[in-house]
Amino acid sequence: MATTLPPQRGRHPVDATRHPGDPPRRVPRRNWLGGMAGWLWLAVIIIPIYWIVITSFKAQSNYYASNPLMPPDSPTLDNYRLVIRSDFVQYFVNSLLVTVGAVVPAVAVSFMAAYAIVRGGRGWFLRSVNYLFLMGLAIPLQATIIPVYLIIIRLHLYDSLLAIILPSIAFAIPLSVLVLSNFIRDVPKELFESMRLEGVSEPGMLWRLALPLTRPAVMTVTVYNALVIWNGFLLPLILTQSPDKRTFPLALWTFQGQYSVNVPAIAASVVLTTLPILALYVVGRRQILSGLTAGFSR
Amino acid sequence: MSTVATSSRRGSVGWLAVPALVFFIGFAVIPLVGVLLLSFTSWDGLGTIRPAGLASWRMVLNDPGLPHALWVTFLVMALSWLFQTPISLLLGVFLAGHQRYRAMLAVLYFVPLLLSSAAIAITYRALLDPNFGLGAGLKISLLSQDWLGRPGLALGLVVFVVSWQFIPFHSLIYQGGVRQIPRSMFEAAELDGAGRVRQFFNITLPQLKYTIITSSTLMVVGSLTFFDLIFVLTSGGPGDATRVLALDMYKRGFQANLMGPASAIAVVLVLVGLALALLLRRLGGRDPSASQLEGAA
Repeated sequence: MATTLPPQRGRHPVDATRHPGDPPRRVPRRNWLGGMAGWLWLAVIIIPIYWIVITSFKAQSNYYASNPLMPPDSPTLDNYRLVIRSDFVQYFVNSLLVTVGAVVPAVAVSFMAAYAIVRGGRGWFLRSVNYLFLMGLAIPLQATIIPVYLIIIRLHLYDSLLAIILPSIAFAIPLSVLVLSNFIRDVPKELFESMRLEGVSEPGMLWRLALPLTRPAVMTVTVYNALVIWNGFLLPLILTQSPDKRTFPLALWTFQGQYSVNVPAIAASVVLTTLPILALYVVGRRQILSGLTAGFSR
Repeated sequence: MSTVATSSRRGSVGWLAVPALVFFIGFAVIPLVGVLLLSFTSWDGLGTIRPAGLASWRMVLNDPGLPHALWVTFLVMALSWLFQTPISLLLGVFLAGHQRYRAMLAVLYFVPLLLSSAAIAITYRALLDPNFGLGAGLKISLLSQDWLGRPGLALGLVVFVVSWQFIPFHSLIYQGGVRQIPRSMFEAAELDGAGRVRQFFNITLPQLKYTIITSSTLMVVGSLTFFDLIFVLTSGGPGDATRVLALDMYKRGFQANLMGPASAIAVVLVLVGLALALLLRRLGGRDPSASQLEGAA
């Protein structure tokens, strides 16, 4: 294979002259299998989403008589009213507080640690810290939940939003440090060196050099952690009990238990709790997608 | 690298890592050690914790529930890997094309990634309800089976819903992997007269080796942590047909209030995870963190 490579390199200028609208030659139209899988999977993805959205606008009284795949003749917002009356505004605020309260400190401490690992990674201390975080990637949250529960009780934090926030921060750290340190490593050493000669301290360099140059990575890590924590279920389930401490996923589950025969209301609750992330997806699709595969592919 | 290390000698930076370290030790390392210690105690979750020696372990190891949970965990893992890998690979290759419509499809594909497991599980519960769901409404008997009431169907449903949720993620990984393959390789193959299928098997697949390992590692190790989804979808039922290890731990600990045996199950969960990570590292020739590093570097 290697022997055929050099002449091929010479062909790239030809590629560059291609008109931007032309289909790239590398993926010919003959990929029938991929195409079929593509459209089929689209249907598999879309049907449940479509169903839940149209169902959320149906009146419960005529839901059972209607064709499940047809949109309602007279759409109603009653289901949404019921959901909002069931304290979902409170749950939204809780989810928001937990997410912001965990993501901001998690990214901040991860960035500091990543900076330290890149800048001073030769020492035994930072080498073992780095190793510990790498190992930490393999610790499943579920396996530690019983001691976490015990610790939260002993700290008298049980049934508070802080109880969800603290472990969330801890479990966000390993992947965040991994991704951030990879990006900080790409910052040219000469820049650090010239700043050091100007007498800038390490925290100064972190703030004025590393942070501005790695802003996309910080965004990526922030988005990823926010999504994980926003959708988290286990920590709220174990560490809180009062209704007014529920976050969205937990609230969905209890709501579904309460209104199990009212399918349109359940559908409305699912749609309503998904709207905030969907709105973000429309605005920042690129950030979210790169955030999702942070550290795995780029 | 070496300049960085030497230049940072004078201003020590180690303290910058301390806050992260404190959080991580406090809520991940100590609990990990703690779960091992708790497996040698008896605790009901409220009262005092008493040392109990090997009682919890004896109870767990003599209980047919553990091998059953291990078996179900393995089934979910193997079946969801078998189901997800070919589809993700195919979709990843498909999405790697730069056509406009594929970019549009990609926007829709990734929507399941945004949803919480709870929302997905609740949607499918309602959708497949034998009396009120899609099958009943459309009079399709194939769809209106008692999905949650029959063991085989419930397990199949769990595998399907897991795949529905995670195939987009793995397609995204494969899409990135395919796009990294040098275009010249395909052009050379085309000049040599290799067709699309041969290109796939002779170039795409071998070039994706590390992507496949990364994706499979994430699938396999990740499958140990399908708690939310199964909890809401089937809560382990019917009976114990979909009771995976994580769910077994939860039920023993937080429903039966037997924290000792539940901790023992948690230790088993950690050991299984470690064993799998090591096994995959053997197969792949390097550890998962290295292949992640490679991807991000």
